[in-house]
Amino acid sequence: MAHDPKHEEHHANVDHAAMGIEHEHPTWSTYWKVATILTLITVVEVWIYYVPAIVASRAFVPMLLIMSAVKFFIVVAFYMHLRYDHKLFRALFTAPLIIAMTTIVALMFLFGKLSARVGALN
Amino acid sequence: MTHAAAAAHSAHDDTHGHPPTSTGLDNKKIAVWAFIGSECMLFASLISTYLIYKGRSVVGPYPHETCLPPTCSTPLKAILNIPVTSASTFVLLMSSLAMVLALAAVENKDQPKRTTGERILGSSKLWLWMTALLGATFLGFQAFEFTSFVHEGLTIRTNLFGSSFFTLTGFHGAHVTAGVLWLLTLLAIDYRRGLGPKDAVNVDIAALYWHFVDVVWIAIFTLVYLIK
Repeated sequence: MAHDPKHEEHHANVDHAAMGIEHEHPTWSTYWKVATILTLITVVEVWIYYVPAIVASRAFVPMLLIMSAVKFFIVVAFYMHLRYDHKLFRALFTAPLIIAMTTIVALMFLFGKLSARVGALN
Repeated sequence: MTHAAAAAHSAHDDTHGHPPTSTGLDNKKIAVWAFIGSECMLFASLISTYLIYKGRSVVGPYPHETCLPPTCSTPLKAILNIPVTSASTFVLLMSSLAMVLALAAVENKDQPKRTTGERILGSSKLWLWMTALLGATFLGFQAFEFTSFVHEGLTIRTNLFGSSFFTLTGFHGAHVTAGVLWLLTLLAIDYRRGLGPKDAVNVDIAALYWHFVDVVWIAIFTLVYLIK
């Protein structure tokens, strides 16, 4: 789509800082690139699901978790603008996220899901 | 008017007539981030419950193949339909793209649009419609999945997998439904008086909620559908 790259930047004539909206924004082309990366990662995730050799390997679950985490981070950083946003917003999101992740891992150990897996690796 | 008074007057105008906040940030945006933080913990509890109950159902249907011939005389077929869910995941990811383009269009409403490309990218109505339609499509996929599961004998009361699966994905579907309704209210405002840079923060908080629903699905897709 042909358009002046100067206008890809968001320059709304409004005081963004006063509204809690960051000054620096990703461009439209960044949004398209992010969407392409997210799609490619999803395609790889689904592809490895259908490869028996990968599914049988120990790397299968970590690979899926890493790809999922990357997608999660990309959406939060670029689409939710957390990479460019105020640190208070970052804290409001990351603190509960850490609590949530810790809770999941603790419950997995408590109910023997992860301890069985760790035991099998040893 | 002095410079200081003019600046204060300008800031007052830009915050919709409200005085500047003590943090200098919009209270609505702080509230939505706090809400999203609490939602993280809600979905963490639902995901934990699903993972704890995973593999503990004593009767089928089961999510993934548990036993195939020749090991078992009767195959225990997987009930999860990965191709359909992959398509719905793609639809939700694209709805997030449409949402950021809608927000960008609202923020840049006052910018001159010279080319057709700029006019398309600058149409907030188009991108809000696109986001709502993609969200509704995702819900259609979910309705199809739920219906097919019920036809195959899996309900919320069948086994532990059914209970935890329908609770988790049902809660997520309810959030998507709320998001679609929110988008439709923004569209109604856009048609009635037009959304402009002054409304950017209202569209931004709707966008944050929508992207959060997307990131929750990213986690559900991997943990529930792909990890066997």
